[in-house]
This record gives sequence, C-alpha cells and structure tokens, in this order.
Amino acid sequence: MRLQLIANEVWNGLRRNLSVVVSVVLVTFISLSFVGAAILLQMQINQMKGFWYDRAQVGIYFCGPVDSTATCTQTAATEEQVQAVRDVLDSGAIEPYVAAVEFEDRQLAYEHFMEQFSGTASAEFASPETMNEALWVRPTSPQDADLIREATSALPGVLEVRDQRALLEPIFQVLNTASLAAIGVAVLMLVAAVLLISTTIRLSAFSRKRELGIMRLVGASNRFIQTPFIIEGVVAALIGAVLAAGSVVALVHFFLQGYVAPMLQTIAIVTIDDALVVAPVLVGIGVLFAGVAAAVAIRRYLRI
Amino acid sequence: MIRFDEVSKTYSRKARPALDGVSLEILKGEFVFLVGASGSGKSTLIRMVLREESPTSGEVHVLGQRLKALPSRRVPFFRRNLGVVFQDFRLLNNKTVYENVAFTLQVIGKSRGFISEAVPDVLKIVGLAGKASRLPHELSGGEQQRVAIARAVVNRPPILLADEPTGNLDPSTSAGIMALLARINEGGTTVVMATHEASIVDELQKRVVELDAGRIMRDEAHGSYRRHLEELRVDELEEETA
Repeated sequence: MRLQLIANEVWNGLRRNLSVVVSVVLVTFISLSFVGAAILLQMQINQMKGFWYDRAQVGIYFCGPVDSTATCTQTAATEEQVQAVRDVLDSGAIEPYVAAVEFEDRQLAYEHFMEQFSGTASAEFASPETMNEALWVRPTSPQDADLIREATSALPGVLEVRDQRALLEPIFQVLNTASLAAIGVAVLMLVAAVLLISTTIRLSAFSRKRELGIMRLVGASNRFIQTPFIIEGVVAALIGAVLAAGSVVALVHFFLQGYVAPMLQTIAIVTIDDALVVAPVLVGIGVLFAGVAAAVAIRRYLRI
Repeated sequence: MIRFDEVSKTYSRKARPALDGVSLEILKGEFVFLVGASGSGKSTLIRMVLREESPTSGEVHVLGQRLKALPSRRVPFFRRNLGVVFQDFRLLNNKTVYENVAFTLQVIGKSRGFISEAVPDVLKIVGLAGKASRLPHELSGGEQQRVAIARAVVNRPPILLADEPTGNLDPSTSAGIMALLARINEGGTTVVMATHEASIVDELQKRVVELDAGRIMRDEAHGSYRRHLEELRVDELEEETA
C-alpha cells in the first residue's frame, strides 16, 4: 500500500514538472558525459604511459672524436671505457634494475638514423662516422631509469645518458591538461545539475504544499514525506546518468574502437571493457548527487 | 489529557504576547469551548497542543508527554493521537471523499485491510456513507467539513481539536456539525473547539474557557458564550450595550 502510494506520488511529481524534469535529465546527461570522458582520458593516459614506458629505454651515448664535455676529451670512447660502463651495469648494485643491455655501434646507429630520417636534410650529412656508439639499456621498471643514469653519466667516455621517457613527458602533459579541463567542466556542470535538482524538488514540494501540510497534520513521518521527493530527483538523474553511460560506451565502441583504433594500430586505445567500468561509476555519481540534493532541498518542508 | 502550566508565547515582532501565563487542565472525555475575540490566543493554544508551536515559557503536557522534551522526529508519531479540524476543511481536491479519509491512514502505514474497514465505518458515522466517491467540490460546505471530521477521527484519536469548524457554515449546517462533534465526544473523545459563535456555545452548555489578550478570563464548567449579566460590572454593561 505504502509502496504504491509512494510510487504514485513520484509519478505525479514527475508528470507535473515535466519540463523541469527534462532539463534535469539533460543537465545530468551532459555533466556526467564530461565526467565519463575525463575518466576515460585518464585511463587512456595511463594505458599509453604503460605502453610506452615499457618500451622506453635508457640510451648511454659514448663520446665521439669531436665531442668535448666534462667526460669527453675530443677522442672517441675506447673499448675499455665501454667495457667499464658494462661492468657498472653488471655490478651487484645496478644489475637488479637492468633487464637487458644492447650495444649499438656506429654502423647500426647510422642504419637506425636513416630508417627514421631518410629523405630529410639531416640525412644528407649523416655518415656512420658522425654517429655515436651507444648502449641501449632496458630498465626492469620505468622508474629505474634514473638510477641507471646516475650510475653511468659521470663515467669517462660517456657523452650523455638519455631517458626516452623524458621525450614522452610533453605528450602526456598535454593529455593530462585536457583531462583536467574535462574534469573542470564536469564539476561545473555537476554543480549546475545539483542546483537544478534541488530547485526542481522545491518546486515539486511547493506544488504539493497542501498534501504536505495534511501529511504533517495527520502524523506522516518525515521519512515518508521526503521519500517520494528523493526518489523523484533520483529517477530524473538516473535517466540522465544512464544516457551518459550509454553515450560513453557508444563513444568508445563506435568512435575509438571502430574508427580511431584501426588507424592508430601502434597505440593502445581504451577498450569497451574500460567503458563498462566507467558506466556504473557515472550512474553511481548521478544517483548519489541527486539523492543528497533532493534530501537537502526537501528539508525545509519537514521542519516541525 | 492536556495541561498548560504558566504558558506564555511571545512572537518577536509583536510586543504583546499571544499567550500570557495560561494555566489550564483538560480532562479525558471533556468537551471544551475556547472563546474570545480574534487574536485572543485561541488558535495559538490549539497549535501548541499540536506542537506546531512551542511556548516561550511554561510547560505543555499532552497525553502524558511533556511536549518540550519531545524530539522533532517523534512529533509525527505524537500527532497520530490527535485529530484536527479547521475552518477551511483542508481536503485534497483531487481525491474523492473515500481517498481523502483513506490518505490519513495510508500515510501512517495502516494496512489495506484496516483501511477498507475503517473508512466506510467512519463515513457512516459522519453521515456520508453514500458519497464516498464524490470529489470535495461536489459537496456542500457542511458535507466537506464532515469529510474533514471523518478524516480527523478515523484513526480513533483520544483528542479532537477543532479550530472554528463552523466558521464557514450557515447556522443549520453548523448545528449538524455540532451534533456530530457532541456524538464523537460522547464516545469518549476529548474535544477542544475554538469558536466565536455564541449560539453554538449557549446551546451545548459545555465547559467554556474564555481568552482575552492571551489570558484566561474565565473558565466555567457549564458556561455560555458571554458571562451572565449579573456578573458583569456596570461599566462593562454600558460598554456592552454601547
């Protein structure tokens, strides 16, 4: 009986304020879509970081005949110097952080260089003699790169130790800023959604002032009085949240996986599984925010 | 049943208190008229029994409860023991007579079975057995007030409060309402009724509590609306006749 009564109240409330309810649905839909996009972007960043960092190596470049720095004396690094660096990498202190070491001589470096830059102006001046010998070290985990650099950069014959991760940082910085912007928009929209929900509930309560007065008069408990309003807010937000969740899943499925992924095969793009993790989070946020907003909004009408 | 101990109520905006040191005891089964001019404090007194308002000073006890000590969340449960009727009926216009009365029971969580027995019973008592499916606007004022009374007593509360229940009704309809209230009172319900209709008070010869400017001016067991002439002082008599 009470359940049916509450359901009736909710239905009447939603029907009576249809236009405002529709705006609640739309605002929650859009705000939660932004939240979803921000979460997905974060996931994408983490995935790319994992993907690239696993491949990122530390390059230990040796001095060439023209290099003059603290550790180079305008003579090419000797084999002993190269071996000394190798010994450091094999020593007990560093060895656990090194997964693999590969030596790149001038010829190999030239070939790699030409693969990347053939046809450009710099390729015309390149020859094996202008290349530096290098040791390519793959750290056990990306964070160990710093350790390897510290241990080897001051050794004689070492021109420079370069962590490839540093080259990727700007890209991630840009992506991160984009996701922060999305979160910022999402927060603003959520504030708007919460305010709109509380206004809607106040309006709904106002239009039912007479019923509320009679309910209070005959001794309806506060919980009984507020429940229909909270459900009303939650239902409206739930519709918006489900739409947002659906659009996030659709975005990943049709746009990212169906269109972007085949074009960028070297990059791991967020998958439908990630989207299915985000969807319930969006619904949860929507329901929670709406419930709290409605409960706060209706409190004024419960004061005795 | 109801006890007021030195109850005063001052609204911040007004200098004059709405109630000023009122002490009053109403026993089980009594029928009490509250009389006095508009603004004399009748409605404030009724609202205090309902705990819609709290006294500025003094204590109100209702049904053995010290209202000041009653926490807000218990107030709805406390109110289930009180029936209330107002001058303006306060019915839900989009609900039928039956639904209006049933609504009260629904919101306090009575079972469907209980409702389907209690509502027709109470409608029969107030004389609306054949009009259960009418909407309020299809009824006369007297009939609407009967619906309000049915709603107030359907839960069999020990106390029925009535704030000017006949204020919007013509004399013959009022008489019917009063007969109904008297019958409810005979069933053991304590009735407290605020009114300023002399003929009704004089007719029933029940206890009369007269308020003036928030003070109790008189409290008679079998009173009439006005003090008996022999009790009035000469200057007051001149005032009355002027």
